[in-house]
Amino acid sequence: MSARAKTALLQLAASAAAVALAFLTGALIMLLVGVNPLAVYSALFEGVLLNPYGLAQIIFKSTPLMLTGLSVAFAFRAGLFNIGAEGQMIMGGCCCALAGFSLKGLPWLIHAPLCIIAAMAGGMLWAALPGYLKAKRGAHEVITTIMMNFIAAALTNYFVMARFHEPETVHTASIMPSAFLPRLAALSSFFKGSPANAAFFIGLAACALAGWLLWKTALGYEIRAVGLSPDAAAVSGISVARKTMSAFLIAGALAGLASVNFVMGYKHYFEEDFTGGAGFMGIAVALVGQNNPAGVLAAALLFGALSHGTLVINALVPKDIVLILQALLIIFVITFDGIARRYAAANFGEKA
Amino acid sequence: MTEQIFAVELRDISIRFGKVTANDSASLRVEKGEIHALVGENGAGKSTLMKILYGMYSPDSGMMKVNGAEAHFSGPRDAIASGIGMVHQHFMLVPPLTVAENVVLGQEPVKGCCAFDSGRARELVAQISRQYGFELDPAAKVETLSVGEQQRLEILKVLFRGAEILILDEPTAVLTPQETTSFFAILRKLKAQGKTVIIITHKLREVMAVSDTVTVMRRGKTVGTVRTAATNEAGLAQMMVGRPVVFQVERRLKTEREIAASPVVLSLEGICAKSDRWLDALCGISFEIRAGEIFGVAGVEGNGQSELIEIITGLRRPQSGRLTLSGQLMDFEENSPARMSKLGVGHVPEDRHRRGLVLDYSVRDNMVLGRQRESQFCSALSRNAEAVAAFGDRMIEDFDIYPADGELAARALSGGNQQKIVVARELSRRPKLLVASQPTRGVDVGAIEFIHRKIIEARDAGAAVLLLSAELSEIMSLSDMIGVIYHGALAGVFPAGSVNEDKIGLLMAGGKLP
Amino acid sequence: MSLDGIFSLALLSQTVRISVPYVLAALGATISETGGVVNIALEGLILTGAFCAVLGSHYSGNPWVGVMAAMTGGIFVSLIHAVVCIRFRANQIISGLAINILAAGATKFFLKLIFHSSSNSSRVAGLPHWSFFGLDRAPVIGAIVSDSLILAAALLVFASYCLIYKTPFGLRLRAVGEHPECAETLGVSVYFMRCAGVMLCGVLAALAGAWLAFDQHQFSADMSGGRGYIALTAMIFGKWNPLWAALAAALFGLAEAFQIQLQTVGVSVPTQFIQMIPYVLTVVLLAGVIGKSRAPAADGKPYPGEE
Repeated sequence: MSARAKTALLQLAASAAAVALAFLTGALIMLLVGVNPLAVYSALFEGVLLNPYGLAQIIFKSTPLMLTGLSVAFAFRAGLFNIGAEGQMIMGGCCCALAGFSLKGLPWLIHAPLCIIAAMAGGMLWAALPGYLKAKRGAHEVITTIMMNFIAAALTNYFVMARFHEPETVHTASIMPSAFLPRLAALSSFFKGSPANAAFFIGLAACALAGWLLWKTALGYEIRAVGLSPDAAAVSGISVARKTMSAFLIAGALAGLASVNFVMGYKHYFEEDFTGGAGFMGIAVALVGQNNPAGVLAAALLFGALSHGTLVINALVPKDIVLILQALLIIFVITFDGIARRYAAANFGEKA
Repeated sequence: MTEQIFAVELRDISIRFGKVTANDSASLRVEKGEIHALVGENGAGKSTLMKILYGMYSPDSGMMKVNGAEAHFSGPRDAIASGIGMVHQHFMLVPPLTVAENVVLGQEPVKGCCAFDSGRARELVAQISRQYGFELDPAAKVETLSVGEQQRLEILKVLFRGAEILILDEPTAVLTPQETTSFFAILRKLKAQGKTVIIITHKLREVMAVSDTVTVMRRGKTVGTVRTAATNEAGLAQMMVGRPVVFQVERRLKTEREIAASPVVLSLEGICAKSDRWLDALCGISFEIRAGEIFGVAGVEGNGQSELIEIITGLRRPQSGRLTLSGQLMDFEENSPARMSKLGVGHVPEDRHRRGLVLDYSVRDNMVLGRQRESQFCSALSRNAEAVAAFGDRMIEDFDIYPADGELAARALSGGNQQKIVVARELSRRPKLLVASQPTRGVDVGAIEFIHRKIIEARDAGAAVLLLSAELSEIMSLSDMIGVIYHGALAGVFPAGSVNEDKIGLLMAGGKLP
Repeated sequence: MSLDGIFSLALLSQTVRISVPYVLAALGATISETGGVVNIALEGLILTGAFCAVLGSHYSGNPWVGVMAAMTGGIFVSLIHAVVCIRFRANQIISGLAINILAAGATKFFLKLIFHSSSNSSRVAGLPHWSFFGLDRAPVIGAIVSDSLILAAALLVFASYCLIYKTPFGLRLRAVGEHPECAETLGVSVYFMRCAGVMLCGVLAALAGAWLAFDQHQFSADMSGGRGYIALTAMIFGKWNPLWAALAAALFGLAEAFQIQLQTVGVSVPTQFIQMIPYVLTVVLLAGVIGKSRAPAADGKPYPGEE
């Protein structure tokens, strides 16, 4: 077996072990407080995986996670830590809703794509500043993106509360039906009652496109080179500043796109906290998915399943156990990933 | 007969890092009060062996004795307690702290219950500094010290801890020949005071100049120990490499008429530039290189070489001056590495790990680094994987890169083979101007010869070559013209046949020719 | 409507109350990062501290037990960060974010199990007040100078400064944060120093949480409300120096207090814009417009590094 295959296998094993250990630790916590973990996990399994509504909910919940995860992963390939997916998603949602309710009388074929573009543009706008500061001034993107998250939350909160909110509610006006994304329930009765919608396909397409962009194009080659070795890239004539900016803009667009699931496919308006923390969870999704689009897809489905699981198990144990599980998962993944990487580097001469 | 007690005795030390055996039953005996040189090629395991002695690694097997007593160190603290001190190749100093703080770190004098007594620390440091004639200001911040001062500070740190056995790892790498001479004087002073000194180096001339005994290492093994007086450079070189070494590269010197008839490829006029720290790095550099000529720049590192290369390769903007490439005056505002390489400048950077290669890319992908958008490797939409693979594999064959597997990550190759990737890539573009900085640093002897031959081939094919190297012998044996750089200015330019190493060494140190 | 009422003792008192958690958490972060470990887990540590404080004082009836419980909780959670980042050399930022999620989840989980509520705990008594020379009876500021945690916070500012710049421990901590290899070769244990820095951070940030809990006489879900991140910006603003970080934290507190005072006198500035101030200022600072703030050289870098 080649060194590369061995390394990949080892990493897969490390991820699997991390997932197993997270559930095991979760079980210990439940035992500690006198809850039967087997009952909880089997309820989780049945409620989420063994019924059509659960499966549809996985699709619905995993869609934004897929896109924010992809956003974080894409930036990470350029050596950038995009903690700002949350803020980018908020801005994307705000712009999307704005385009959705203020443009009137357009046919669906024009209005819906316009709203999608608005969502991406909003995310890009919010990623542009940290990207610029990183590229031109060397400002650490972790801190600036965290700050941008808070600024986005406060800013949209102001606009919704002061300018655009519907009387008696905390959300904006509804977008025009000409900007609605079709529900999957309209396609098949299997999805009956679930808000799962066409945004899922946008997510899948984005995964495929991101993978193609990163590994099959010259731009992807350059972005990855900048991420792995910025000095070597610069010496070879690749503009690190420009690739940093490109990566941030693409990451921002992906995070902005994550908002269409809610705004165009579910509630059809913008409201505060509509993200449900998907931007932050995207970091975990990217991490568990090893920053690779296929992995991100799988991790998003896992996190989506867990997220829907909160409702299923709430009767047996406080639903916050799911947050604990997710946190444990992240902690074990980063710990095991490092161990596997160092083992591979020492024994197969490969760095994954 | 009683057994002699050695200051240090290492017996059959072995250590592995993953798949790599760094030390393979290496043995070493160092007598009390001698200067003992440990020599070997890069990667022979010298530093590793000494780090074991200093407690930084624990060996997989073998035995250590210090002053006759068996020693088991679980960290540098134990080694320090046994009277061992080590000065590392890369300075281990904390720049924002003062000289005194750097010295006492880990053994701080305390005032009252728990306060750091900085006054006492300064006194202690000033006292030792005077005793050995080091002339260091205890209150100075380390970031303001010169390289020579930093080195003295490193030795001071070791002496402060009461070291009787000093290990010095490549101490002269950053010194001028003249600074080296005064550094050797310090070593002799230490020896006179009864200290034992182990000096790691690969410069044989220094071994001959300063040591009493030499131990040679090759591929993790110690291959022999000899009295310095009983050997010579050639003998040591043969022990190091395992076969006789050719010091001279074969090449045909060009006649002056030939040189004058070739067109000027690169011309610099009055280039002045600032360093990253915004200090004057270059002032008034002017020279030209003709096609088919190797222009070697000798100089101690840090005299403006990096800035000079960065200007020529488009990575840095000078404050003033003119750069003409093949008759075209360059506009620095619009200059970039991409533009320079398009105009035919190839660049073998000094630090291949950081600047020459994307270590985690495959050998094939590294072969096209910088050329990824050329139409042969990339269509309108996506990259042409077949073309990249075919090109990469051809280069691997042409440059005899081992292992011959284009899919392997560059990280997995040895230093020499990694450097061959860089040289292959840059030469494959048939550059008009090749800028090669330290092209054979940390490379095994076989690869050195190969790379030298390739550089000469490029020159014979009509490329202009700018060669920068800290190894004076490399400059002397390859160059047609030799320039000496000191404090950001050219201290002299000579045709190769007209100067000797002594003169160049003098200029490198800022001296004047009589 | 007069603006005179704004610049009052009430403003001072409000500023102090708002600033205390910022100051404590910013001190913690400064100590941790001086040793080279980025600690984004402040938010989680504050939550943990607040919850443990309520728990301890709920069961014992003694608020001091609550304070001890908060510090213990802070140490325990920091231990996770230390093991993951120092022992296993994982990414410090991700670990910090994970701990924030963990603390948010765990506090809510136990809130439901113990207090049977998803929003808040039952009420607990605050810390008893000192009385120096009857100062505690002075109007408005009396409550400040007699509050033990406020006084402790003020003392801790100077204690942190002395710890970092005037003790052997601090010298070693700075060395470990600037050049860990160097410290290690001199026999200073990088593991130990970094762990110690992270633990101290845990204690300080947990105290910030305890203060919040006692100030509000209860624990409520997600009560940290982004304070950990504001503390982080205060640390950057304070250029990784405890005195300046505390000052920056107080400045952010002042801005918030000012806004509250403005509202009470009827001037309405959108709260959202006041909330944004620390964040916008930090972005501006990082953009290099108003001077540079330099982190310790090895901040955020695992030791030993890769390669």
